Amino acid sequence: MEFLTTFVNGLSLGGIYAMIALGYTMVYGIAKMLNFAHGDIIMVGGYTISLFLGANPIVAILASMIFCMLLGVVVEKVAYKPLRGASPLAVLITAIGVSYLLQSIAQMLFGSAPKFIVIADLGILKIGELAIGYSTIITLACSVVVMVALSLFVKFSKTGRAMVAVSEDKGAAQLMGINVNRIIMITFAIGSALAALASVFFLLKAPTMSPTFGSLPGIKAFTAAVIGGIGSIPGAMIGGLLLGVIECFAQAVPAISPYTDAIEFSILIILLLVKPSGLLGKMRREKV
Amino acid sequence: MKLKNLKIKSYLNYILIAAATVFFLVLSLTGNLKTSTAYLLEEMAIKIMLAVSLSLVVGFLGELSLGHAGFMCVGAYLGGKVAAMLVGPLGNSFLTLVIALVVGGICAGVCGFLIGLPALRLRGDYLAITTLAFGEIVRTIFQNTSAETFGGPIGLPTPRFNDKYFYVICFILVLVTLFVIQNLIRSKHGRAIKAIRDNEIAARATGINVTRYKLLGFIMSAVFAGLAGVLYSYTKFNVSSQIFDYNYSIEILVIVVLGGMGSINGSIISAIAITFLNRELANVLTGDLAILKDLVYALILIVIVIYKNAPALKGFREKYNFKALTAKLTKKKAAAASAEKEEG
Repeated sequence: MEFLTTFVNGLSLGGIYAMIALGYTMVYGIAKMLNFAHGDIIMVGGYTISLFLGANPIVAILASMIFCMLLGVVVEKVAYKPLRGASPLAVLITAIGVSYLLQSIAQMLFGSAPKFIVIADLGILKIGELAIGYSTIITLACSVVVMVALSLFVKFSKTGRAMVAVSEDKGAAQLMGINVNRIIMITFAIGSALAALASVFFLLKAPTMSPTFGSLPGIKAFTAAVIGGIGSIPGAMIGGLLLGVIECFAQAVPAISPYTDAIEFSILIILLLVKPSGLLGKMRREKV
Repeated sequence: MKLKNLKIKSYLNYILIAAATVFFLVLSLTGNLKTSTAYLLEEMAIKIMLAVSLSLVVGFLGELSLGHAGFMCVGAYLGGKVAAMLVGPLGNSFLTLVIALVVGGICAGVCGFLIGLPALRLRGDYLAITTLAFGEIVRTIFQNTSAETFGGPIGLPTPRFNDKYFYVICFILVLVTLFVIQNLIRSKHGRAIKAIRDNEIAARATGINVTRYKLLGFIMSAVFAGLAGVLYSYTKFNVSSQIFDYNYSIEILVIVVLGGMGSINGSIISAIAITFLNRELANVLTGDLAILKDLVYALILIVIVIYKNAPALKGFREKYNFKALTAKLTKKKAAAASAEKEEG
């Protein structure tokens, strides 16, 4: 029974990681950049929810998603777009700068102490010996819905297919009449909205938020994206779920629970040694 | 004449650093050096060592490393532990420091070798996340050690070199770092390393042993980060694993990138400037304004990187940069001189 509880908790945490990892992986696939500020969008999402909590929680969540979408687009336009075509390292450093900027603005507005943000208290579902929080179930359900919807969107909608085309070959996509700038903007918007949604589920799990909250989930989700093969959408989902389950099982064993992070990162390194481009990543052999 | 000129130029950084050290030494011998300045100098020396050693991997080998703080952590903990154990029998002496440095450097070097192995198989961003993961693993392990071994979450108590001239030792090590890394880069091996950065396949085709040089780069870089870690443990009473998180690695990476990729002198200057700026901002912005420090730092970082790298600003950069301006001035002078000559 305990095994099952841990497994479900792991899947739910993995669902959150997968949602963030999707943002990483889509931005990486399309703009070929590591968006280090992605984790901080989660934090912004969390604080934005707290501002709208007076109204209906659903309204607050939607408001936060829209705000993060706009923020993602603005950040892309102001900080990343001028650097398109510059060295990847320069873009990486700018993303780090944006991450610091968001953290310090949050610190100015909300203070550095953790803030309690209770969206809703959902209670616990009991089936026999099995006890699972409703929040866990909602998280799991929502993440499945999001993943399926995103997969369908990418596969069947015109915009989604344009995204795939841009990630495969930017130049050729442009020649086919795809507005690359618009596609990149949409990618950032979707990724940021998913990050905001992820913050909702984090708050349901543990109702605190601090300016540096986003760093660790950001890094974990990045790890998940790399495990699945960065640039691959199903890869990000598998990587996220895998990482979440591993994390929950490692935390359930007292002897190794302090080393949870180390275990997750070791798995990443070992996996990359065996499969250098992740589980589903495409191996691109360089040709002369 | 030209050759002689070049020689002085290529040793200028040693001369300047040595001169600055002597200058501060004279100041402190006459009792004019504030303790806070001495601490700042220690910090600067450590940052220079970290930046120069990271520059070898990022700027010259062309591999992105986000785990430099991990190597420093290994050096600080193992070197600091050795120092703490030897303080009893040997006293807080120079010999203890040397043994701690050797142990810290070697252990960090071994870690550099271990992280260099995946580097042979992984490309770009995959390697970046691997190095980041390595740094976090090291930190988590030290954080969860028992109180007797490495102090665990409380931190490892280390001997502080109770000498107000410790910064002189730090700067001597900076000179050693510069000497080794600069000579490595200027040698045949350094040219091989740069060739790998520019085009790995071409380098392999010309018979360069890519495996060997990549490992060499990672090991050298790790050794000096480890040495910097040992020095760090000596400047503090207590080494805590918390500070060696990936933000610290990123801080060093920022120094290297702002200094200019593949420029040792740039790394040195930017390490000095950023450490100084950080300290000054912390001094000026106190109380409620303290938060502004991070904000200002972030804004400066974004603006500088965009200004230096944006393709759209290329024309502007070429028109108004330091080199172009000085070239213009010398041209004007030359023209004036030749005009004078003609008149005469």
